[in-house]
Parts: sequence; C-alpha cells; structure tokens
Amino acid sequence: MQNLALIAPLIILFPSVGAFINFVWGPKLNERASAIIGSVAAGATFFIALGMFSYLTGNNFQPAIIDPPLLDGWLRIPSANLEIPWQQRIDTLSVTMLLFVTFVGTLIHIYAAGYMHGDKRFSRFFAYLNMFLAFMLILVTGNNFLMMFVGWEGVGVCSYLLIGFWWDKPKGEGIKNANAARKAFIANRVGDFGVLMALFLTFWTFGSLDFFKPTEIANPAHYEHLVHEDDSHAGEEDSHSGEEGDDHGGEGEGESTTAQTVALSTDTTVAQEGEEDDHGGEAAADDHGGEESHSDPFGFYVNNDHLTYNQLGVFGQAEKLLKLGEGETLDRGDGTQVGRTVVIGSWTTDIDTVVSLIALFMLLGAAGKSAQIPLFVWLPDAMAGPTPVSALIHAATMVTAGVYMMVRSNTFFYYADEVSLIVTIIGGVTALAAGFMALGQWDIKRVLAYSTVSQLGFMVAAVGIGAYAAAIFHMMTHAFFKALLFLGSGSVIHGMEHGHHHLHDHGHGAGGHGHDDKAHAAAHDSHGHDSHGHDSHGHDEKHDDHAHDDHFDPQDMRTMGGLSRRMPITYITYVIGAAALAGIWPLSGFWSKDEILADAWRAAIFDGKLSGYIALGLLLAAAFMTAFYMTRQVWLVFHGEGRHDAVKHVPESVWQMTVPLIILGVFSVFIGFVNLPSDPGVSSLGLEAVFGLHALTDWLEYSVLHAHVGAFEWLIALVATGVGLAAIFLGIRIYGGANPLNEKNEDPLYVNRGFRPLFVFSNARMYWDEAYDRLFIRPFQAIARLLARVDWDFWHDYVHDSVITKGFNGVAKILSQPVDNGLIDGTVRGVGRLVKGISGVLRQAQTGYVRVYAVALLVGVVAVVVLMLLPVLQG
Amino acid sequence: MVPTEAYVILSMVLFAMGTLGVLLRRNAIIVFMSVELMLNASNLALVAFSRQWQGVDGQLFTFFVMTVAAAEVAVGLALIVAIFRTKQSINIDELHLMEG
Repeated sequence: MQNLALIAPLIILFPSVGAFINFVWGPKLNERASAIIGSVAAGATFFIALGMFSYLTGNNFQPAIIDPPLLDGWLRIPSANLEIPWQQRIDTLSVTMLLFVTFVGTLIHIYAAGYMHGDKRFSRFFAYLNMFLAFMLILVTGNNFLMMFVGWEGVGVCSYLLIGFWWDKPKGEGIKNANAARKAFIANRVGDFGVLMALFLTFWTFGSLDFFKPTEIANPAHYEHLVHEDDSHAGEEDSHSGEEGDDHGGEGEGESTTAQTVALSTDTTVAQEGEEDDHGGEAAADDHGGEESHSDPFGFYVNNDHLTYNQLGVFGQAEKLLKLGEGETLDRGDGTQVGRTVVIGSWTTDIDTVVSLIALFMLLGAAGKSAQIPLFVWLPDAMAGPTPVSALIHAATMVTAGVYMMVRSNTFFYYADEVSLIVTIIGGVTALAAGFMALGQWDIKRVLAYSTVSQLGFMVAAVGIGAYAAAIFHMMTHAFFKALLFLGSGSVIHGMEHGHHHLHDHGHGAGGHGHDDKAHAAAHDSHGHDSHGHDSHGHDEKHDDHAHDDHFDPQDMRTMGGLSRRMPITYITYVIGAAALAGIWPLSGFWSKDEILADAWRAAIFDGKLSGYIALGLLLAAAFMTAFYMTRQVWLVFHGEGRHDAVKHVPESVWQMTVPLIILGVFSVFIGFVNLPSDPGVSSLGLEAVFGLHALTDWLEYSVLHAHVGAFEWLIALVATGVGLAAIFLGIRIYGGANPLNEKNEDPLYVNRGFRPLFVFSNARMYWDEAYDRLFIRPFQAIARLLARVDWDFWHDYVHDSVITKGFNGVAKILSQPVDNGLIDGTVRGVGRLVKGISGVLRQAQTGYVRVYAVALLVGVVAVVVLMLLPVLQG
Repeated sequence: MVPTEAYVILSMVLFAMGTLGVLLRRNAIIVFMSVELMLNASNLALVAFSRQWQGVDGQLFTFFVMTVAAAEVAVGLALIVAIFRTKQSINIDELHLMEG
C-alpha cells in the first residue's frame, strides 16, 4: 500500500499514449478501435485515481510526492539557483479532482463513441480528448505552479482544438467555429497573463514554486488526532478538533467516521489533541517533547517542525511570513534572516501587499479559465464544439481549473481580505448575470453554457467568502449534473438531427432510415457553398442536414417540445440533472449550493463580513434564475407539443449515450451526500450513517489549510429551497401549456409587454459582446488599421520602395558594372587571353612532321652528349 | 685481327647513314629501314667492344636489341600497312595530323 502512490505517473502516461496512438495510427484505425483505445486510456486513469484514493485512506492521508522516472530535474538552472522538479502531488485535494475528472472524463469518452459516429476525423477527436485528459491530470497533480501552468496551457490548447473541431463545416459555420475557438484562446490568454504574473511574484517572493515540499504537511492541525499520545487512550474515540471550533451537537458523532477509518486502516491508537486555535505543530511538539512527535508510528511527519523556512513550499513560507510581527525576522535555515519586507526591483513593500497582488493576479487567471466576468464571453461561444467537448471541457473539468488554483492557493486568499471581497463580487455578479442571460437563450446548449458560467460564479464566490471546501464540493456535484445535462442535450440534439433526417428521407421517397451521407455530401457539393475550398467530401452526416433545410437548427429549443415521450431515458435523467442544478432537496446540487449559501450567511451574520452579505444576496437571486431557466428549458424541450415535424421521428439514443446518462444521473442524486453539513437534522434522510457528516470537507482539510466545515442552517435551506420552488412554480405557470410559444415562436416573456425589455436584454446576452466590440475590438481594429496604413504608406511605399530599394539598386549598379563586370571579369578574361596567347606561340612547335621531331631528338641527344663530354674535352 | 677502331668507325658510318636516312627520306619503309640500320650499327659497336673487353655483356645486349627490333618491325610494318590503307600513301610528309 505504501508504494501504491508510485503508479501516479501512469495517470498521465495512459492518456498520453492513447492520444499518441490515435494521432499516429488514427487514420488507419476503424472507429471501434479508436474509441476503445481512447476510452480504455481514460478508464485506466479512473482506476489509477481509485488507487490513489485507497493509498491515501490506507496511509493516514499522508500526501505523497512522486518523482516520475526520466523527468528528474525537469527544470534546473544551477547558476541561477533555480530548480523546479517535475513532481506529482497525491493529496486529498488532487485526488478529489482526479476522481471526478477521470470518472466524468471516462463516461464522456464512451458517450463520444456514440455521438461522433460517422465523423471523418473520429480518431483525431479521441486523440484530442485523451490529450486533454492528460493535460488536465498534469494540471491537477502537479506539485508546483509551473506544472500546473503546463497543464493549464495544455488544456487551453486542447480546448482550442476541440471547439474548432468542425472548422470545415459548410456555409460559414466552419468559420464561426474557428472564431469561437480563437475567442476562447484569446480570452484565456488575457487570464494567462494574470497567472504568469502571479507565478513570477510567487517565485520572486518565495524563491520556489512548489506547493509543498516532500514531508511537508499542508494542515498539521488536522493531522493531530493521528499523533500517538498515550496508550491508555487506546480505542478511545473523541470528538475531532475541527479547526473552527464550532460546537455543534451532532458534530462529534459524524466526525468520528473519518477518525475510525484511520484507526481501522492503521490498527493504531487514535488519540485526540484537545488544542484548538493553534496551528498544530507546536502544540504537538510541546506535548510530546520534540522527538516523539516526529518519530510517530505512521512513518511520516505529521507537522512541519523538522523543516526550516527554506525547506517549506510557498504556502508554508507564506503562512510563516504572514504571521510575523512588524520588524520581526525568521531564520531561513541557512543562517540568514527573512522578514516581512519584500523588495521587488526598486519597490519595497510588505508581504501582505505581495500576497494580495498574487491573489489578484490569480483571480484574473481564474476569470479566464473559469469563465468569470470580465472574461466569461468565450464560454457560451465554445458551445460550437461537439457536445461531448462541451460536457468534458466546458462543464466538468477545464473550467474548474481556475477554482482549483484558487482553492490550492487558499493561503493567499485567506489572508487577502480585500481581494477576497473582489473575488466574492466577481463570482456573485457572474452567477447572477450569467443566470439572467440564460433566461433568454433559444439554443439548448447555450442555456447550459450560461448556467455553467453562473455555477462557476457560485464556486468563485465561495472562495471569496472563504468556503474553500464548499467551492470544491460544488465543483464536484456540478461536474456530475452539468456533464449529465450536457450529455442529455447532446442526446436531444442527436435525436432531433435523426428525426429531421428521417423526415427528409421520407419527403424524398428515399425510404428507410437515412444514413446515406454520400448522397448528402453530393447534394451539398452541388450547392457549392464551400467558400474556402475545403474538400467537403465525407462530411459528418449529422451536420450536413442544413444543406436541405436552411431553417432547421437541431439545437434550437423552438423546434422541440414533447420530447419526453420520444426519449424517456434522456428525459428522466435530464430532469434529474435540472433538479440537481436547481438545488432541489435532496439532490446533490442542493447540498453543495446550500453549503455555499450557509457559509455566506455565517460569514455575514457571525463574522460581519461584507462579502457574506454580498454573496448571500447575489447567489440567492442567481439560484432563483437557475431554477427558472432550467424549468423553462425542460418544459420547452420535453413537454407540451412538438413544434416541428422532426419531433415525431426522434429516436432514443444508442446505449453508448444513454448508459453514461444513467450513471451520471445516479451520481447526480447521491454525490451530494458525501459532504453533508453538520447538524442536518432530518434533511439528510439518515444517510449520514452511510456517508458520514462532511466527509469531503474532513478529507479536503488534510490538504486545504483554511477549509472549514459547513453547518446546516435551516433558515438558509428553507429560503433557498423556497426560492427554487417559487422559480419552478413560476416557470411552469409561464411555460407549462401545450405550446408555451405563440404562433410566431416568441417567448411568453417577450409577448408580455412588461417583461419584453428584460427578455430582449437577456436574449441579447446583456450586450456583452457588443460592448466588448465597441470598447476593445473596434478600437483595436482602428489602431490596427492605422498601423497598417503606417506600415503600407510609410514603411512599404516610402522606406522600402524609395529608400531601401533605390539605395540597394544604386549600390548594386556600382557593384555590378564597374566592380564585377570591369574588375573581376576583366581579370578573369585577361588571364584567359594571356594563356591563349602563350599557347598560340608554343603550339607552332607541334608541326606533326615526324622529321622535325627526329631532328629535335637528334639535336637534344647531341646536346646531351656534348654536355657530358664537355669536362673530358676540357681536359 | 681487325682492330676494334675499324669496327667502331664502320659502326659510326652506318649510324650516320641511318640517321640521315631517317631525317631525309620520305618513304616510311625507307625511314623504317634506316632505323634498323641505326640499331644494327649500335649492335656492331656493342659486339666490337665486347670482343675488345672480353666480356659477354655487349653480345647479350645485342640479342636484346635484335629481339626488340624484330618486335618493332612487326608493329611498325602493321602500322604502315594500316596507314597505307587509309591514306593510299606512305609519304611521311603527308602525315601531320598531330599538328598543334
């Protein structure tokens, strides 16, 4: 069990290999093989994540840091004293992320096998999905900010590739998809600037990017109950020391579940520290006398007393620095001192300011990745991607990265009050605004996209009020029910396309169930709309229907209605997802949303925090919107009468699509029970016996220092449920008829004169895109045009054409005529003439007459003889 | 016994005749014969000196010269026949294709 964590690198390796296979051999594989490779790679990660989970529970939640082989010393610049290791961190937070990312990811892979059937780039799609999963798992398991950033950028690239996956669709739709992909990439780039600035500041201040160093414990206080105090306490169970020290009656009972797990799994005595309000290590050390607390029976350190300042990760260092008094200093461990003062270039400032700046920059990064105001505009457009992508990336996984980063960095946000207030406002306003925009959308996926933005706003607001565990909890429940809703909407879209297809085939007397995509492609070719010259052969059959009916949009809810009879499984699971999203007791969304609201309430009432009031107000209003737009969607899609003939021919989806729906539906119901609040009374249906109370928070507290347990507030629960039910009631009143839309397919809210401006405002998405167009894009384009003129007129026409070209020509003339032609060629030619002249003289000797040669020979011989005889003759 | 000087003088006369024949005659056959005359003049000198010094080196060398001369005659005559076939003449003044 101890070594189980060592398989962690495989969790990245498997999807990477899957992606590699599908990239390289994809075109040669058939659909089945591609889908199996992709899905098995994804499924393997889930089992490894389960292995990590059992490793943690079996080893007292000891965080593991894994150095994968071959990647040792990933980034090392000895001269600059820079070393950033490639380390994977297996702790409770990362494993929580791993579990739901891999689980939802696997289901979506399976679903995509059905949904993408017939696509010409089927294997490429699975390669992208696997690549995305690999990067997401790097993001989540990285033990330093740089690894997180690698994953962060990697998922950004995959998101770009997948949003624009249908870049070659005909009739300008491909361009729209590509533009959506670019928009996502660019909006995220703005956020990445924030992340990079946060990274630089962190590195400058702490000299490291590691979250935690090996053997460092994120939350020593939470490990105190593991310390072996006294044998006489054997078997004794005491109430767990919650960090908050809130004394709730039922707490002890519930808390012991976790403690028992530990006791059973290690077969060791569990004793309890009575200390509250103290950051663990010291209290433990005092009571047990230094050594003993270190040489614990668990085989690992349960506090950080053995580490010097320099040996701590950034959060450990930040905690120490932030607790220092004015003018106090701390030994770094190498004899030098460190104080609160941070020097950045010529700017000297306090650690508080630096941490606030880091948090602020991180907020910008999170606003990009987690789609918050002001950078959320990319997410609704990202719905251009295939539906599994919308579900995988833009609901369940990638968009949670920003929230994950903020929760991981909870130390920074905990101490930065002003920034936390900003975080709350951003999150709350985003939740409300996005909820409002969801009201007026017609596209089934766009409603869900705005809903996602809105729910991410809930999470961000939760971070702002310090409810870090609640944020993760909501992220987790949201991953399940939003993935469910997206996959359900995909099922609906798929069905509508089939229905429309069917209709069309009958209309032309082709008969049968139309899968004749060749005919469609041909028909499409003859239209000749492919303005970009792409080879339109073999387009996905599903997406070519537009060639025959320009007005039919399978995603438009105005064409739907009454689908509950045609697709019962999709309908039931969709309603479960919608109810969970709306926060209906006892589904998962209720518990997570309620925990955030209750935390906001307590922050407002007990701590008197402004952010609590803001969050409570904005989020309650957003909760109302949530329930209302989901009611509207369910009734428009599934109830009433079908508003298009295609509805009559909609089939239920294939098992690859419905099975994930069912699984996600079951999880959407029950996943909320993993984190029941304290003192839930009868509301928990007695299920705390199975799941325990706030199990998830307890679990998270091992790695999230400032997480705290949420308590049940009857008042908030009742108000929130009342708000939700009121919205549903209102929604049914408005949209409940046989056909809620009038004959012009207009929304009842639009028909009503009082609400018309609101509906128009919502339908126009609050004119965000237009505002950005005016504020940024058009000035940008104007500047670009101006610079283009400067470039063309000045640089091209004047500098290039006049100065450079003419100068060049002049110099070239000099070089070519007098120099090259005269001097160099003259020399060469002169040598040639010289040789020719000499040879002309010399060749005269070559007469060709034998006699002449013989005379020459004779003369030569005579000369030689005379020369030889000369000494003799001379005496 | 005939003195060696007589042989050498005869040899010189023959060699001079051969040289003049080579230089002055136009008929290739005659030129060829003149060359043979020069070779035999040198043979005579070799044999004469051989007798004078009581050594066999000169006589041995003579045989080599005669062998080479025989081979030369074979090759040379063949060339002359070939030249005659192409040019219908063996006048060496008409053969100056190697002129520079």
